[in-house]
Amino acid sequence: MFLNFLTELRVAKIPASLKEHLTLLEALRADVIDFRVEQFYYLSRSCYVKDEGLLDRFDQVFGKVFKGIETIIDTGTAEIPEEWLRKVAELHLTEAEMADIQKLGSWDEIMATLKQRLEEQKGRHEGGNKWIGTGGTSPFGANGYNPEGVRIGQDAGRQGKAIKVWDKREFRNLDATVELGTRNIKVALRRLRRFARDGAADELDMDATVSGTAKKAYLDIVMRPERHNAVKVLLFLDVGGSMDPFIKLCEELFSAARSEFKHLEFFYFHNCPYEALWQDNRRRWTERTPTMDLLHKYPHDYKLIFVGDASMSPYEINYPGGSVEHWNEESGETWLRRMLDVYPAAVWLNPIPEASWGHGQSIQMMKTIMEDRMYPLTLGGLDGAMRELTRAR
Amino acid sequence: MRFEGTAGYVATDDLKVAVNAAATLRRPLLIKGEPGTGKTVLAGEIARSFGAPLIEWNVKSTTKAQQGLYEYDAVSRLRDGQLGDARVRDISNYIRRGKMWEAFTSPALPVLLIDEIDKADIEFPNDLLTELDRMEFDVYETGERVIAAQRPIVIITSNNEKDLPDAFLRRCFFHYIKFPDRSTMEAIVAVHFPDITGQLVREALNIFYDIREVPGMKKKPSTSELLDWLKLLMHEDLPLDVLKSRDTKTLIPPLHGALLKNEQDVMLFEKLAFMSRRGGGQG
Ligand SMILES: Nc1ncnc2c1ncn2[C@@H]1O[C@H](COP(=O)(O)OP(=O)(O)OP(=O)(O)O)[C@@H](O)[C@H]1O
Ligand SMILES: [Mg+2]
Repeated sequence: MFLNFLTELRVAKIPASLKEHLTLLEALRADVIDFRVEQFYYLSRSCYVKDEGLLDRFDQVFGKVFKGIETIIDTGTAEIPEEWLRKVAELHLTEAEMADIQKLGSWDEIMATLKQRLEEQKGRHEGGNKWIGTGGTSPFGANGYNPEGVRIGQDAGRQGKAIKVWDKREFRNLDATVELGTRNIKVALRRLRRFARDGAADELDMDATVSGTAKKAYLDIVMRPERHNAVKVLLFLDVGGSMDPFIKLCEELFSAARSEFKHLEFFYFHNCPYEALWQDNRRRWTERTPTMDLLHKYPHDYKLIFVGDASMSPYEINYPGGSVEHWNEESGETWLRRMLDVYPAAVWLNPIPEASWGHGQSIQMMKTIMEDRMYPLTLGGLDGAMRELTRAR
Repeated sequence: MRFEGTAGYVATDDLKVAVNAAATLRRPLLIKGEPGTGKTVLAGEIARSFGAPLIEWNVKSTTKAQQGLYEYDAVSRLRDGQLGDARVRDISNYIRRGKMWEAFTSPALPVLLIDEIDKADIEFPNDLLTELDRMEFDVYETGERVIAAQRPIVIITSNNEKDLPDAFLRRCFFHYIKFPDRSTMEAIVAVHFPDITGQLVREALNIFYDIREVPGMKKKPSTSELLDWLKLLMHEDLPLDVLKSRDTKTLIPPLHGALLKNEQDVMLFEKLAFMSRRGGGQG
């Protein structure tokens, strides 16, 4: 039962390991909490989540896995949903028994049998609580299953207002998936800086190698991480559209982190990169950099970061002459692929919420050209993008 | 042994569960939260409630993990050696015990606070993994092994300046102190100022939460600023309507020095006040 919880957490990308899981079981066995569901929620949260950015996601998973369990304020007892009990039933009744009952009649009968079985267990003082597979206690009672404390099924006539702490989603604004804004820009910057440092490769430590070799009388090569400022980035920003505020934000973000990079160059494009780009928006028609020159000028260990909404007519991507602003001899796709061929490390940051990407044909096309390396402009997306860029290729 | 908050500290239910889990299983509890939300004082309150001694280790950017175990004062020994001091023969005279050692050998079960762990080098938490796990370590100079008679209750705070390594996190319980909502804040205020009038608290909290909502603030006032401000307000005995009248002149709250600690924030408020006065004049 609880393993299912763990699985769901991991599906939701909450990095809970078996270690945390065992800690939770140990805490349950040690009676850290009483039988209220809320307490179980707090305890499991404290065990599984180690990053406030994931608390909201945890709340959602908890709500999903333990759907229907509600704490009644006045009594503090819990309601267990049918589907959950169905699982418990599977554990407590043999398959044959289940089949028999099902053949015989209704779900109610299964429930009745289950209830009886659990009562018996309690009577016999068996520690054999199979819910959590440890022979320990259940979260809803220090002495194993507690039929008084738990009601089976939903009982509409019940008094009392139901509250679910996890449904309040109080940690929503700490979630790393909310879009970048002034609120979290500091955190974003910190992560970017870290990327700029961690992205460094090892270099030869000459002094240590010489003295090591002298001491040991054999060639002793010492490597050390290259000092700061090793990462080289070309940033391509899509300007002149509805996403300008986000692009601006991104520009500011990278500017603020500028000193951390060995090289950081800004280039602008509109909708899709073609045969020319520009570095100064005021002179975008007079001072243009041919994309071909760029490919020759910057070595292939530069990392490319595109920022744009990738929202346009598909022609602008895959047809010569498709650009809305000028006549392009070759399609945007051709140019983008040329760039990606030269620079293996590349990502696309998209300010449009990831959930809506499916609706835009051009977004899907861009994403495909980028070989899926498109990330939302959120803290989490930024993290993912930076991780992708530091991946050895 | 259960932590239920203390007369001087308001603990929410989720915090209590986290503290009790950590205290029962004797695993470290990692506490995060906005500045001034009571992370540091928590350890002291836990100690008080358990009647346990508090051992505080305040981490700085230069702090090394080894310092929590012990330090070997080689310089003193060298000096004593030159002076012919007899102490020099016994190397243990030059071993300085750290906070962890102190906690491991404390006769009564202690609460060990490792405050602001994120200030130290990124390797710091990793360097303490085994010691926190096994609660023992070796003193190489003397060949001694220090083993905790009983595992101390360990509270660790972080202000999120650096991410902590996964291996370290896996060993901890975690609690994020959510910024207190209004009713929790009222309880906190009551704990600090039992005699304060309900009306003053109401008006002050209105202003306080409004200020926290102003976009673009460099440092939002937190619990500690609120408490300082209330103390001043009580001391000055201002007529209540100064707080209540929310016209343009009082957009900057009275005695704001206690609430707005950042020069730029004060300027921001002056600008806002100016703009709203001008807007009001024209309107
Ligand atoms: N829940 C609470 N109950 C009682 N007092 C509180 C509570 N939370 C905060 N305070 C008060 O707020 C002040 C600040 O607390 P503390 O110094 O522990 O904050 P902190 O989270 O450690 O801040 P920082 O991150 O700046 O170190 C203290 O005076 C404390 O008494
Ligand atoms: Mg503190």
